[in-house]
Amino acid sequence: MTAQQALFLLFGVITLGAALAVVVGRNLFHTALWLLLVFFGVAGIYVLLEAPFFAAAQLFIYMGAIGILIIFGVMLTRRVMRQPLPRANEQWWLAAIMAVALLGVLAWLAWQQPWTAAAAAVPENSISLLGLALVDPEGFALPFEVASVLLVMALIGAVMIVRER
Amino acid sequence: MVPLNWYLILSAALFCIGMYGVVVRRNAIAILMAIELMLNAVNINLLAFWRYHEPVAATGQAFAAFVYVVAAAEVAVGLALIDAVYRRRRTVDPEEINLLRW
Repeated sequence: MTAQQALFLLFGVITLGAALAVVVGRNLFHTALWLLLVFFGVAGIYVLLEAPFFAAAQLFIYMGAIGILIIFGVMLTRRVMRQPLPRANEQWWLAAIMAVALLGVLAWLAWQQPWTAAAAAVPENSISLLGLALVDPEGFALPFEVASVLLVMALIGAVMIVRER
Repeated sequence: MVPLNWYLILSAALFCIGMYGVVVRRNAIAILMAIELMLNAVNINLLAFWRYHEPVAATGQAFAAFVYVVAAAEVAVGLALIDAVYRRRRTVDPEEINLLRW
């Protein structure tokens, strides 16, 4: 086992363990903190995938912005925060069976498929290639602008929804 | 190097955990967190395929970036809705928020 594989297993265990704690935990605030640990583990996975931009964005956007936003959400619903979370609904065992079955199918598919073993090296300037592709009219300039408009509209809409009347 | 199917299985596991959370949770914020798990699983998948199949093209990375945008928009609107419902109904239990239910 190479060092990379050992690191993958480490980050994978962190991610999945924290993810399980997110979906079964009874304390909403602790659940939000476990979610931050999931984001951290996924950032480690991105480092192993040689996607440094996404590792950094994961730390800034997910752990920084989205994580803090969710913690704010937890604190704003304070009466809910004080009491333990309600138990999972009556069909939790059915959901668990479905989730395990889906995982079984997906894992079997991923396992038996002969994926290409050796990948080409990531170019040195992969971040600047991404930046150029996002503003290139032949590339993703239009989706990029649409995504920007979507984000602005979502944020304005969020403000409108929570505004005191 | 880590085989590609390790990443795929990790992301499948993360996705299934998130799906379980979305279905069983009885707190809207906890459901939102489980959706975040699923979005992260998708991103792992996109970046893994980018790394192993087309590392020279930026397509995989661009798609992952759009997932980030959608995730940010989803959290902002979702938390705003939850906060608005909480102020009106004093609950975030999706089973009690039944105004639109027939």
